Amino acid sequence: MEVPILKQRNYLIASVQAVLTDQDLVTLRDRLVAQVGRYRSVGVILDVTGLDVMDSFSVRTLRDMAHMIRLRGADTVIVGIQPEVAFSMVQLGLSLEGVPTALDLEEGLAYLDARPKRTSVGPPAGSR
Amino acid sequence: MNRPVNPPQSGSATEGKLDDKAVIPIRTVMDIVTARQHGRELALQSGFSETESTLIATIISELARNIVLYAQTGEIVLGKANGSENQHGVIIISRDNGPGIPDVQRALVGGYSTSGGLGLGLCGVRRMVDEFYIDTGTDKGTTVTAKKWLQ
Repeated sequence: MEVPILKQRNYLIASVQAVLTDQDLVTLRDRLVAQVGRYRSVGVILDVTGLDVMDSFSVRTLRDMAHMIRLRGADTVIVGIQPEVAFSMVQLGLSLEGVPTALDLEEGLAYLDARPKRTSVGPPAGSR
Repeated sequence: MNRPVNPPQSGSATEGKLDDKAVIPIRTVMDIVTARQHGRELALQSGFSETESTLIATIISELARNIVLYAQTGEIVLGKANGSENQHGVIIISRDNGPGIPDVQRALVGGYSTSGGLGLGLCGVRRMVDEFYIDTGTDKGTTVTAKKWLQ
């Protein structure tokens, strides 16, 4: 199932509403990495409230996604990790390694808003 | 709890009597989702908490993914199980006819790395369950049996 991606100010917000297969997650990663450029977004919020489990594959895919988006010049914050999912991740030794997390959408927006503003240099270059 | 690896064939890695046994064929990534959802339901029905059931679902997800990644096809068998010391819980069997695991000891200790490969999956699963058995060979594929008891 395709995850809706919303544009809010210069942020992208993707909310996982239902269980995702590995392929769905990879597709979401690729769409977000592409749309950061299309919409000239500086921040991405991924809401994973609807994810039933976070196993080694999901954790690695999300980590990779955040790093790719970072390389595109935007920051990612993952929100909505449920208590039982957090428990399983810790028990299994899975780490998001430096990818910022926040409680929910509201805290995610606050996190992105609180980052120091970057001043763009000169006129915006053509977007890819 | 003793967690033997490669027990003798007569060991308790055998399925024994399985109540409400479910066999879920694993062929695609969608089947991984089916297997773990089924496992969560079974765990909840068996009296595990929401948190433990999520952990059990995650374990099934790792095992089912190993099948898709390394053997392409196989099956996950889920059932309620009883231990010899009056334990009650669930049994998860992951079975495939894939290439087997060449260095099973290494796969089991490989561990805490977050590279997300085989090491994390099997090692993590092993640490999380009460009984863990693995039977693997290049000629016979891989069978992993895991049991988790209600505390």
